[in-house]
Amino acid sequence: MRHLMLKIENVSKQYRLGQIGGTTLREELQRRSARLRHREDPTRKIGAAVYEYGETFMALDGVSFEVEKGERVGIIGRNGAGKSTLLKLISRITAPTGGDIWLDGRVTSMLEVGTGFNGELTGRENIYMNGAILGMKKKEIDAKIEDIIDFSECRQFIDTPVKRYSSGMYVKLAFSVAANLDSEIMIMDEVLAVGDMAFQKKCLDKMNDVSRADGRTILYVSHNMNTIRQLCDRCIVLEKGKMIFDGDVETAISQYLGIRASTDNFIDLREMERTREFRQRPASMTELECLGVDTNVFPAGVKLDMRLGCTAEKLLENVQLRVIIKDLEGKAVTMQTSDRGVCLKPDEETDLFFTLDISRLAPGRYTMLPILYQVDAFGVDVRLDGINEVYCFEITQPGGFNHNMEWTHRRWGYYFNDPMELRMEKYAGHKEDDLR
Amino acid sequence: MEKGMQEFNTHISSEHRLFDLHIRETFQYRDLIGLLVKKNFTAQYKQTILGPLWAIIRPLLTTVVFTIVFGNLAKLTTADVAGDYMIPAFLFYMSGNICWGYFTSTLQSTSNTFLANRATMGKVYYPRLVAPIATAFSGLISFGIQLALFLAFWACFLIRGGTSIQITPWLLMIPVLVLQMICLAVGLGIIISSITTKYRDLAMLVGFGLELWRYGCPIAYGLQLVPEKYMFLYMLNPVTPILTTFRYAVFGFGYFDGRYYALSWIISLCVFFIGLIMFSRIERTFMDTI
Repeated sequence: MRHLMLKIENVSKQYRLGQIGGTTLREELQRRSARLRHREDPTRKIGAAVYEYGETFMALDGVSFEVEKGERVGIIGRNGAGKSTLLKLISRITAPTGGDIWLDGRVTSMLEVGTGFNGELTGRENIYMNGAILGMKKKEIDAKIEDIIDFSECRQFIDTPVKRYSSGMYVKLAFSVAANLDSEIMIMDEVLAVGDMAFQKKCLDKMNDVSRADGRTILYVSHNMNTIRQLCDRCIVLEKGKMIFDGDVETAISQYLGIRASTDNFIDLREMERTREFRQRPASMTELECLGVDTNVFPAGVKLDMRLGCTAEKLLENVQLRVIIKDLEGKAVTMQTSDRGVCLKPDEETDLFFTLDISRLAPGRYTMLPILYQVDAFGVDVRLDGINEVYCFEITQPGGFNHNMEWTHRRWGYYFNDPMELRMEKYAGHKEDDLR
Repeated sequence: MEKGMQEFNTHISSEHRLFDLHIRETFQYRDLIGLLVKKNFTAQYKQTILGPLWAIIRPLLTTVVFTIVFGNLAKLTTADVAGDYMIPAFLFYMSGNICWGYFTSTLQSTSNTFLANRATMGKVYYPRLVAPIATAFSGLISFGIQLALFLAFWACFLIRGGTSIQITPWLLMIPVLVLQMICLAVGLGIIISSITTKYRDLAMLVGFGLELWRYGCPIAYGLQLVPEKYMFLYMLNPVTPILTTFRYAVFGFGYFDGRYYALSWIISLCVFFIGLIMFSRIERTFMDTI
């Protein structure tokens, strides 16, 4: 029989935007009495936009799913999609605005970094405290404590107050506590980002282990698709507070990447969403096109010919272009700027042609962030328009290269080099004198 | 799968019933309360030289100052009722100071519950009520030490004689009075902590308000000083009957009026339950507003 560990039904969470909590009692009373008399709010700033007061924001909007015992569910989505809010609701940090959550079992959670350690207490005392928070008895914790200390690799420091721990040690201990204490549901939020490679692998193995052997249920949030692939057997994609996919991991990941960046070679940028910084902009990028190709998958060593359409609201002199290349986790890899500025005239579409050098990018998938900017008199760049993750492309690895091992950015970085020539004797071209 | 086919042990709902106070759940977390009490007490005196001796030094010095200023200089009466009783001024002031000290320290630290614990409460779930309860109990350790010291002095005076102190069964009232102080202090504290998650004004008021409140209680003076016609008003302060009854219990004579004492209990219990209700309402979402 199916054994559900978690059932989430139509859950939503609403936040009020703007000033909350920062108000004083007097302001709140003024505001309430004004509302009663149908007058305008006297505490609102004159000319303030509506969203600064009173507008609400749905961090989660009608999310429903079920998780069975022993499932390892990944939750992915871009920043602000509601992943962390969902985990907060499940771990009872805050209550939902609507809907119901049923849980069957105890929950250990690691939200952001740490599990609510008390800095004044030693590592050992914190382990007992965390166990007690889970509702465990002292004896039960006694039985586990050696495993926890061993796993955390912190034995030497276990009787030192955790406020003196390095961030790596802190995470190691926190993870070790969460993984080894008795709980039926384990919630992990992006925790493996800290800690060294060896420990990360150890954590993933441990999570796999406890899930398979003890049938523990795992909910795991990460931006790192590799760890999602390694750990999860099911994946949920959130987008703007709604669940847009629930199913197998690979489909979920491609869904997620699909939301983030277009893979078309012609992209209309006019309606694409910008950050708040660029809602009011003097210049706009309108179209982006990759010329002469009909794919977004390139072998290493090519350069991309591109066209960028731009408009301006007023005459803008000396407008420069910068293209930042990022990996899929949003980390900047490299950047190219234009060699000179151009002039954008109002009400006229200007086409900028440029060649983007991606020939030295290591195999993998990347996105692009183009930015139009000017440099002011102080040498500071004033950004006119920029769109994150407009275009997604992939660099493939040459056949036979590196024994056909898959290139991972973590291990080998982002810079691609040809294989080096190995010789059995000194290169004849370099004489000792030349080298001096 | 049909709803209800399977039993779940936890249900998190967006709806909140008024009397959903998590009392049973809090009781299940008594191990955590024990750990927190231990932590609070040791953390309080960490990196101090005298350690728990501070629990004694503070009320002792205050009592000495009170004895000099209010007793010897201002010559305020230390009698709660008219009569030919002989009360050692030192014991009088000390009894008031240790009770008031416990009451205020408990109120002050519980009124800070959410702000002081937001780091842990933002990461893990446990019944939030555990925190103020643990605070009240850890204050009880200091209070116990002070009470023992007080009883030592009290025994000295008793043995030396020359006072009107008598041992009566009323001494058994002390635990009841402590319980009442806990109810009142924790109740008020969690009311204030619930409001301060949104409005920080009250936090300012607490320290200052307690300073003023002290003068509305018979700590520096005996109840006899209060004119009879204002007695009812004066007795609306729920701390007053606690203090006078405490003195009645330890000295074996003094002021005790069952009606006022009952009123004080009623006020304490009301404050406590209002506190519980407010607290359980706020605890669900305080992380969003704090």
